[in-house]
Amino acid sequence: MKSEGLTAMNFNFLRYCLRQSRDSLKRNFWLALVTSCIIAVSLMIFGGFLLLAVNISQLMQDVQSNVEICVFLYDDADKDWLAEELQRLEGVETIRFVSKEEGLEDFGRTLGDAALVTGLQGENNPLPDAFRVTASAAELVPQLAQAMRRLEGVEMAEYGEELVGELLKLTGWINRLLVGVGLLLALGAVFLIVTTIRLSVMARREEIGIMKYLGASDWFVRFPFLVEGIAMGWLGTIVATAALVAVYGKVAATLQQDAFAFFLRPVTSPEQLLPVFTGLLLLGTCMGGFGSLISLRKFLRV
Amino acid sequence: MISLQHVTKNYPGSALPALDKISLEIEKGEFVFLVGPSGAGKSTLIKLLFREQLPTKGEIYFYGRNLARLNKKALLNHRRQIGMVFQDFRLLKQKTVFENVAFALEVLGKAPKEIEYKVSEVLDKVGLAGKEKSFPAELSGGEQQRVGVARALVKDPLLLLADEPTGNLDRNTSRQLMELFETINCEGTTMIIATHAWDLVDQMQKRVISLEKGRLVRDEKRGTYGYEF
Repeated sequence: MKSEGLTAMNFNFLRYCLRQSRDSLKRNFWLALVTSCIIAVSLMIFGGFLLLAVNISQLMQDVQSNVEICVFLYDDADKDWLAEELQRLEGVETIRFVSKEEGLEDFGRTLGDAALVTGLQGENNPLPDAFRVTASAAELVPQLAQAMRRLEGVEMAEYGEELVGELLKLTGWINRLLVGVGLLLALGAVFLIVTTIRLSVMARREEIGIMKYLGASDWFVRFPFLVEGIAMGWLGTIVATAALVAVYGKVAATLQQDAFAFFLRPVTSPEQLLPVFTGLLLLGTCMGGFGSLISLRKFLRV
Repeated sequence: MISLQHVTKNYPGSALPALDKISLEIEKGEFVFLVGPSGAGKSTLIKLLFREQLPTKGEIYFYGRNLARLNKKALLNHRRQIGMVFQDFRLLKQKTVFENVAFALEVLGKAPKEIEYKVSEVLDKVGLAGKEKSFPAELSGGEQQRVGVARALVKDPLLLLADEPTGNLDRNTSRQLMELFETINCEGTTMIIATHAWDLVDQMQKRVISLEKGRLVRDEKRGTYGYEF
């Protein structure tokens, strides 16, 4: 019986709160709309950074998981002997011989158009024969490459160390920028929500005072404003997410077709993108709710 | 029902206490006038009873519970047992008479049907039947105060506190309001009314507690106002 009463009371409470929030949003419609738009812009920029970070992280993973030592050979190198020597090195996992003809075919495929390498076959082929070696662990790669360079018949042994280093540096910078700009944007948006809700609270200050005299709990007073803040946060997030999905979809599609971006594979899997958008929704909600709670603190002291 | 034991209230920056070692008892169902010059401590006493403020020293008991030791939930329950009536009515201008009174029950999470029934009943009791859809600005001062009384009464309080309820009303309307208070008191609600309405206090012959400069100077079972105007 008691729990039934409690449920009915909660239901009445919820209905009251939603009605109050709706009325308040109607009353402050333009202000709420402007706040939502600013939240949307903040989250759009923040979300853009997040997507950039996700893609860079993906690129880094691709690079690191595919670290292969390319051992380029002189024309007169003894391939069989070298294959044996390479196999003997500790930490070598696989060895694959890539003849200069295969190398040219691969290059043509990478460019996306085999016709681009027509005319480079046979004696015109500038590529050397090579071994592609994978290591059992990524950290062994630098010393293995060093050892391979010392073998007779080896012209060079490369594994893209500069690229990996630059990418690591870039990722670090982007992450720092992301945190800094993201924090500033979130703070700005929270400040705006605080201002909007405060105006709403000021408009209903008398009502809040009377509510307290009538025995309303703090949460009864707080909840409609909390819903109002969260609603603004959601509206902003939904607009931001829709815009990001549209823009990112377009950019990803362009990159996938663009020959200049053959080395970039934009993240498109829902498993990787869903956490980004869920995170944005959560952030928008928290920003809205947090802003409301800050605005209300001093009005609850009756 | 109410027991004050050596209650003192000091406000920061004020040399004299607003209330100075007040001790008194009020029984259930009593009708009490708080009288005294402005600044005597009447409003402070009302605020302490509502637990809007805490005494600096001494203790206040309401049905045996020390008001200084109420947790949040108990404090809400305490306030829900008390109806407050203000000199300036404190009605919400954008709400109708019905909505203003219903607000007191919405705050307590009551169901719409119960709210409708109880609000109609209490508006009838205070003589405002037919005015449900009016806004406060469309009512006279006396009618606005009746809305304030209805809002305090609708939650069936054990105690009704009124701080200068007739302060903004003419003599005739004040008398009608006091008659309403007397009816409410006859139905069992304890009343504590801070007032300057000397003629009504003299006429009604109820218990009178007189405060001066924060001190209790007089407590009479059937008293008069006792100050000259």
